Amino acid sequence: MKYMLMMNAKRGTGDWGVVKWAPEDLKAHIRFMKKINQDLRESGELVSAEGLAAPAQAKLVRARTDGTPAVTDGPFAEAKEFLAGYWIVDVERPERAYEIAARASAAPGPGGAPLNMAIEVREVMSAPPVEV
Amino acid sequence: MALDAAAENLLRELAPQVLGAVIRRCGDFSTAEDAVQEALLAAAVQWPAEGMPGNPRGWLIQVAVRRMTDHLRAEAARRRRETAVMMMAADEVEVPAVDQAPAEEKDDTLILLFMCCHPALTPPSAIALTLRAVGGLTTAEIARAFLVPEATMAQRISRGKQSIKASGVPFGMPTGQEKAQRLAAVLHVLYLIFNEGYTSSSGPGLQRSDLAQEAMRLGRAMHGLLPDDAEVAGLLALMLLTDARRGARTGPDGELIPLAEQDRTLWDREAIAEGVALLTAALAAGSVGPYQLQAAVAALHDEAARAEDTDWPQILALYGLLRRMADNPMVALNHAIATAMVQGPAAGLALLEALDADPRIAGHHRLDAVRAHLLEMAREPQAARAHYRRAAERTTSLPERDYLNLRAARLAGAGERSPR
Repeated sequence: MKYMLMMNAKRGTGDWGVVKWAPEDLKAHIRFMKKINQDLRESGELVSAEGLAAPAQAKLVRARTDGTPAVTDGPFAEAKEFLAGYWIVDVERPERAYEIAARASAAPGPGGAPLNMAIEVREVMSAPPVEV
Repeated sequence: MALDAAAENLLRELAPQVLGAVIRRCGDFSTAEDAVQEALLAAAVQWPAEGMPGNPRGWLIQVAVRRMTDHLRAEAARRRRETAVMMMAADEVEVPAVDQAPAEEKDDTLILLFMCCHPALTPPSAIALTLRAVGGLTTAEIARAFLVPEATMAQRISRGKQSIKASGVPFGMPTGQEKAQRLAAVLHVLYLIFNEGYTSSSGPGLQRSDLAQEAMRLGRAMHGLLPDDAEVAGLLALMLLTDARRGARTGPDGELIPLAEQDRTLWDREAIAEGVALLTAALAAGSVGPYQLQAAVAALHDEAARAEDTDWPQILALYGLLRRMADNPMVALNHAIATAMVQGPAAGLALLEALDADPRIAGHHRLDAVRAHLLEMAREPQAARAHYRRAAERTTSLPERDYLNLRAARLAGAGERSPR
């Protein structure tokens, strides 16, 4: 069963909180994320993983009545958290997806303290349908 | 240039025989399997350009053994450098004579199936390894079929091999009671492969439906090797009789069409005839098992010219037998449907109530979906609609969710009522 693990990061006072971290903290954080990906690749569970560009670059797009895109620039002040990145994993049971999510949630932040980010876990609609 | 279909089929058929022969000569399953995979890839490149060799099997064995020798030499050299100790020279590995007793070949394919489906492996590893080592598929093909990256699939295969190594299973035929258990594990893996494939119909599903073909091909090979095993025949029959309906199961947009509404002229008569013949012979042999019983249910559906001609009393009796054989809530669910078809929806709904207390299925979308169908039969559209919706919220299959939402929408106007 495939799950999408969506990493919701708290919005910093600025746009992208990590720019204020000490370099060694940021390095530790990056190392941690790379290790997760490597471990998932080695366990045969990784389908894909991507980090997303900072929310300052985000756009909101809606179709105008003529179908052309109406583009609004970010950042979007109303959002307290933003999607920082995601994993899609293929695991044998939901508990395993929660386990991976918990590990990612505890990624080190400033001073090496766990960030405890909220990771939204959603199952991908990939089950074969039963005969009806 | 690519291999033509005949050459490809030949390659896939030879894959386990070649692997068996290489393991017998060189020992290690894991290294031999890598070498055979390389030989298969070499054949796919060279045969179209240079023509098929006179003895394809011998050619593959030679190439595989040569690759293995190269790997062993490199390994030995590495160890010499590291430890300055002369290791056993890889030159000891002889390129084999190309002929081998046919009986041994047959055994090899079976032994490989038993190894790849060993209970020490997780199902995903067993499936991947079976498709590669016995089915002769490449890692890239298997990865595509399961919609994961090739590197991920390669890891799954390599973990499977590690599990085999760690479990210490020898390359040999299990005997006695163990053989029966291991055979059941093989049949289960083939059925899982089949189920992954047969339900898909479009888009990336086109590749996935090849998995159903592959499961049937392996099932056919097993039946050829164990013609007297009634459950092997039963599984092959079940796959044929189920797959026969594939063309009618989905509409033009990939939407699911329920059995009762399928265009039965689209069913594959040839596959049905073959499945029925296999099943009849298996049932006559005496030892009835769950695959034969499920095949018998599929046959009764397939043999009905119209949905209303379905022999439900017979299906009900078969589910009764299945229930006695195994305590499985999915079987109980099907039993409830058959009961409703024979004795009316109220009797079926009453049976579902017992399942509400079964933690293995309580809250499962199938229970809601079946309840919705039976409530619709009982002319309770409001309650039916609520249960269709609840099932739609819980399923993790996209086509099934669309189907359930459509069923709910068809009952629109029946008014809103939230379930319980």
